[in-house]
Amino acid sequence: MGEGKTKLIDEAGRRRDGRKWDELRPISIQVGLMKNADGSAYIEWGKNKIMAAVYGPKEVHPKHQVLADRALLRCRYHMAPFSVDERKNPAPSRREIEISKVIREALQPAVIVEDYPRTAIEVWVEVLQSDGGSRVAGITAASLALADAGINMRDLVVGCSCGIVNDQVVADLDDTEDKEGSGDMPVAIMPTLGKVTLLQVDGIYTREQFQKAFELAIEKGKQVNAMQRAALNSRFFGGEATTSEVEEAAE
Amino acid sequence: MKKNYVMETIRKAQMVQMLAVGKRMDDRGLDQHRELKIETGVIPKANGSARVFLGNTQVIAGVKIATGIPFPDTPDKGILMVNAEILPLSSPYAEPGPPSEDAIELARVVDRGIRESKMVDLGKLNLVSGKTVIAVFVDCNIMNVDGNLFDATSYAVVAALRTATMKKYVVKDDKAVATDQMVPVPVEKTPVSVTFARIGDRVVVDPNTEEEASMDMRITITTEDGGNVCASQKGEADSITPAQVLQAVDTSIRLGKEIRAKITEATK
Repeated sequence: MGEGKTKLIDEAGRRRDGRKWDELRPISIQVGLMKNADGSAYIEWGKNKIMAAVYGPKEVHPKHQVLADRALLRCRYHMAPFSVDERKNPAPSRREIEISKVIREALQPAVIVEDYPRTAIEVWVEVLQSDGGSRVAGITAASLALADAGINMRDLVVGCSCGIVNDQVVADLDDTEDKEGSGDMPVAIMPTLGKVTLLQVDGIYTREQFQKAFELAIEKGKQVNAMQRAALNSRFFGGEATTSEVEEAAE
Repeated sequence: MKKNYVMETIRKAQMVQMLAVGKRMDDRGLDQHRELKIETGVIPKANGSARVFLGNTQVIAGVKIATGIPFPDTPDKGILMVNAEILPLSSPYAEPGPPSEDAIELARVVDRGIRESKMVDLGKLNLVSGKTVIAVFVDCNIMNVDGNLFDATSYAVVAALRTATMKKYVVKDDKAVATDQMVPVPVEKTPVSVTFARIGDRVVVDPNTEEEASMDMRITITTEDGGNVCASQKGEADSITPAQVLQAVDTSIRLGKEIRAKITEATK
């Protein structure tokens, strides 16, 4: 987290890319692009370009990891070496290992793992280009890939990150706002069930700011969920999702 | 570390029944921590150290200080690194080898709480901008596991840092030279981490191993002196309702004050 000193919001309340405080970056989602995977989804969210693919349910290797009463959910979040300004070492960093864990724990509440005992379900999230909020964008794509693979689910999972920039709560931080701002709060929810499956916080929030950012992240997540559903619709029922369909889904 | 607890499922049913009437298996209240004991200065060779007992969970934190090269994006700031290792001697389920996912998460969540609270004033650790800064390393050894490593480790780091001293450096011709004078590490805040476990539909504070083996979800909320939230992390493969999150924030702010007083008292 930065010091929050860089001016990221102008007098008119516009952010560097012209967004208002509660506005999302442009998002586009496509489901089922990968031929070999059982399910896949590709998301572009701001400058993020992320592919998620699902394999399974399949046999568990190594065998000692088998769970007798449910599926083993595996998840890897990985950033391509060319996804950031300075080349990133392709070996998984401690940050990526932690994010893989929280993504898995964000998706698992939605997956009915009890329906697939003694199997593995693998979720691979590859960040081809990264911007702020790549973990929530990854979760948003990964839950669509799970749905595309026909895995039984209780709900989709969708995320959005909110935070504090110039002592003000804002939605959907981009890279600069994440680095120069003073707080970042990624949240993932199951929108229909109204439950939170991922919450990470850094930066200093008063009690009021915490609640405002947290509730804003949930509200924005619901907005992204409408786009998720439209992308699934267009995968299985054809045709581009129209704006009215997206709006309908939002209601 | 939630492994091979044979009675897990049976115990969980019993625990849920007891929690429904507001009781915990060790007779604690739902928002009551286990006894917290803090000893400081346990490793004289370290710049600062603390041994923390949270019930039967035991953690030793040691501070080591050296000079280092600053990160390119913060050329005029010192370096703070918090790490934790779950030692193989700490539990029958811990193994030697590269850090597990759990150990990495533990270290990163504890580090986040300390860092984001701005406990250590890194600006005061600058010696020669862009070239030499003071680097503060806090390493934690988990000695005995009985649940809630997050809070125990965080308290150990805070106690070790609050009592740490370092050599005073002077800058001559753009070179940092150590003197014999010892000064305290510039500590500004006392962050306090409070960890909750949801078991069934009840949320309890400071879960022990038994409760962790049965928990559906874990959430850690760290607050700083002003009662502001500075870090949080939800863990485990289940969800939490928004109302439970906000309730946990309020509880963390309330309990944070009591625990901060205890840590301050033990590290005077």
